[in-house]
Amino acid sequence: MGSSGKVIPGFHFTMGITFFYLSLIFLLPLVAFVFFASGMGWEKFIDKAFEYRIVHGYWMSFSCALAAAVINSFFGLLLAWILVRYDFPGKRIMDGLIDLPFALPTAVAGIALTTLYVETGWMGQFLYALGIPSAFSAVGITIALVFVGIPFVTRSVQPVLKDLEPEIEEAAAILGAGKWLTFRKVIFPELVAPLLTGFALAFARGIGEYGSVVFIAGNTPFETEIAPLLIMTELEQFDYQAAAAIAIVMLVLSFLILLSINGYQRYRIRKQGV
Amino acid sequence: MAVSVTRNRFLSADFEAKQQRTSVSSEIFVKWLLIFLGAAFLFVMLILPLVLVGFEALAKGWDAYLAALTEPFARKAFLLTAEATVIAVLLNVVFGLASAWLLTKFDFRGKAVLGSLIDLPFAISPVVAGLFFIMLFGRMSPIYQTLQDLHVAVVFAVPGIILATVFVTFPFITRELVPVMEAQGRSEEEAAATMGAGGWTIFRRVTLPNIKWGLIYGIILCTARAMGEFGAVSVVSGHIRGKTNTLPLHIEILYNEYNFTAAFAVASILVFLAILILVLRNLVEWKLERKSERSGNHGL
Amino acid sequence: MAYEVELRNIDKHYGDFKASDHVNFGVNRGRLIGLLGPSGSGKTTILRMIAGLERPDSGDILIDGQRVNNLAPGKRGIGFVFQNYALFRHMTVRENIAFGLKVQKEGKQKIRSRVDELTHLIGLDKFADRYPMQLSVGQRQRVAFARALAPSPRLLLLDEPFAAIDAKVRKELRGWLRETIHKLGITSIFVTHDQDEAVEVADDIIITNKGRVEQTGTPAEIYQLPRTPFVADFIGESVHVPDYTVFKGFEAGEDGAHPGIIRPEFVEIGLNDKEIAMPLAAEHGIVRATYFRGSSVEAHVEVKGQILKAGRSLEKPPLQEGAEVRVLIHRILSFGDGKAETVENKSKRKESVVI
Repeated sequence: MGSSGKVIPGFHFTMGITFFYLSLIFLLPLVAFVFFASGMGWEKFIDKAFEYRIVHGYWMSFSCALAAAVINSFFGLLLAWILVRYDFPGKRIMDGLIDLPFALPTAVAGIALTTLYVETGWMGQFLYALGIPSAFSAVGITIALVFVGIPFVTRSVQPVLKDLEPEIEEAAAILGAGKWLTFRKVIFPELVAPLLTGFALAFARGIGEYGSVVFIAGNTPFETEIAPLLIMTELEQFDYQAAAAIAIVMLVLSFLILLSINGYQRYRIRKQGV
Repeated sequence: MAVSVTRNRFLSADFEAKQQRTSVSSEIFVKWLLIFLGAAFLFVMLILPLVLVGFEALAKGWDAYLAALTEPFARKAFLLTAEATVIAVLLNVVFGLASAWLLTKFDFRGKAVLGSLIDLPFAISPVVAGLFFIMLFGRMSPIYQTLQDLHVAVVFAVPGIILATVFVTFPFITRELVPVMEAQGRSEEEAAATMGAGGWTIFRRVTLPNIKWGLIYGIILCTARAMGEFGAVSVVSGHIRGKTNTLPLHIEILYNEYNFTAAFAVASILVFLAILILVLRNLVEWKLERKSERSGNHGL
Repeated sequence: MAYEVELRNIDKHYGDFKASDHVNFGVNRGRLIGLLGPSGSGKTTILRMIAGLERPDSGDILIDGQRVNNLAPGKRGIGFVFQNYALFRHMTVRENIAFGLKVQKEGKQKIRSRVDELTHLIGLDKFADRYPMQLSVGQRQRVAFARALAPSPRLLLLDEPFAAIDAKVRKELRGWLRETIHKLGITSIFVTHDQDEAVEVADDIIITNKGRVEQTGTPAEIYQLPRTPFVADFIGESVHVPDYTVFKGFEAGEDGAHPGIIRPEFVEIGLNDKEIAMPLAAEHGIVRATYFRGSSVEAHVEVKGQILKAGRSLEKPPLQEGAEVRVLIHRILSFGDGKAETVENKSKRKESVVI
């Protein structure tokens, strides 16, 4: 504890506000939740949380979020690359547009995407003709999750790519490496860490996403129900215990994703000192 | 160790020149291919939905559009969204400033834990967040009876909506302020303190001018999320028309009633606000960049 | 003999800024060249153009008599050591050094033996499996050096190779680098803004200023016979005098300005006539200030209204401020008409004739 920290006034004041606020807004509800959930008992929890319909819901959330995060990793990397490396008309607008999913309410995105991808929609008519059911299906859920996840990868990769020393590419060029080899062996390894961070954020967000998905999912039991929707369903039937049980599994799932990414980054730092 | 150079690595210069020209043109091809791919992706995923909202909203003409917007339930929903957003932003500004000050100006035990605690809501599904408040204030809560006796309704009422909105948005401002204040360091505040300035004076005269744009940036992000929050609010609202419906919830109801034109008309308001937020965000970001360039500080 | 590297009439602009202005020079095989100049003088641009990282607006770059202007950097047979080393952070020392060989699709066996040879050369055998971030700055520099050497280039280019290293290690590495380069016999050009470094390491020095080559020569030539006022001023420590003919032994018949430079090593100070070699050729001066310089004392003496600097051994009796002393100016660098030349003290000769 440095004495320098005490030169500036306001320690107790800001500490007080922060703790009061955190307790009221965050810790108290969390404690209420834990208190309630722990009252249900282990057996009941297993029973409620791993009913077949519910497990299918986790699977839908998990697999669609995974697919969306993979798609977003590819396009996120591509977008970061063109925004950092190339000059072209409309670049600033493109850069600004990428944050739209953060700014646009998810419900709006949800109804717009659904209308686009139903069988008669602007996009749906082509996809259905190709035999791809783009609404009320796993494909539709994935499309919605791609939408909400677009900014994550781009925004984590972009600053790292921007700060990459041009010299490492020049060094590779002088050693005789071509552009593609330089990208694969020299640039890409530098982008793995931010790419993973962006991937994990998009993935975690996708698992918990509700607003943009409910409309396009169709919500057919055993088919296109996602985990957050199941919480809503249980709540509407006043089965609070089941809702809590599902919530616990989802919390564990998203923490595991974030923890494993954190662990990997730590491992990299330890191993390579990066 | 002798330095040897294999002769065959040096092909004729003319041949190389030709090769380099073809590699330059293939590079240009790759560039435009990538730009095309990125632009096409953004067009389909982001632009099309926006265009569609406008198109559907006006599908039945201006009169239907305006009618959907001025209808009483829509107006109530708009007012509730505004109320929840303003309160959430105000509360989060206070919290954001206090917590960022605490995290950057002092060293204390448990600081790292506090930092990650503040980030935690990002990892929690909004629906689960809403569930937290149901557990705290709802029928199964130990304090439910007390609240009933006092005639205070939280869940399925406006306070619940505000609380849920605050919950999902509270990290935003702190997250923006901490890096800015970290980069700024403590020396200016310490200097002011040794000259006898009080906490409020230091904050107003020394800190605030430095973090102004960072704060505005945080407020913009917070506003965007607050006005659009759906999952958490949906859980605690109870969907009572004209009482606990925010704009996004109102859109959901209209849409589920197959009243598409009205749903998209209301949605177009939110699209307009979202675009406004993006423009503001970019302006502020540009300001921040210029500021960091001026002070030679790239740590933002 | 043809030059190993030759630049002919190289011009290079960045917008309005002239980075290279008719640059011409040649480097003989096996020489270690220091490209010396103040920052912004265009020395790094020259290095990057030789490497192919920049293209000249006009002029020819020849390596081993062959014009390489249109050759990609990787085909020029050069090694390049970057100022910040630009090591690949996610590759070990071994992988960094092996990169260039792998790109050229050398055999596994050959790569291994070459990498072993180089890690041994740079004395990092035990660190071969470490990552760059786990090495000291000096070690990183050696890895960058080895990586550049791995594909057996005919020419080695180094951009400010010692800039990132702290003073103590720098001294050590300079010696090591000079020795190693000479042992390998590889033609090398390094860029530096530090004249001590250039003088200590290089066989030949090329001095650049405002995009032009001011002078080329061995360190001794450049030091003793600067050909332009810029070189005279830039190399060594200099005190400008607007008219050197006022000093004893440097009188000139004709009128007009005679600007010159007097270096501390041109000036000798004696407490009295006995301490100085040729008292008759000496001026009277007053000590105005003394500065301890570690291995010597730097004295500022006022002679005829002008402050001159001179070094003085710590073995001699100390000088007091305000004391009157004898000041012998051995020679002066004069540069009237934009040309620099050395002028010896004429009274010294007279005195030796008398004795």
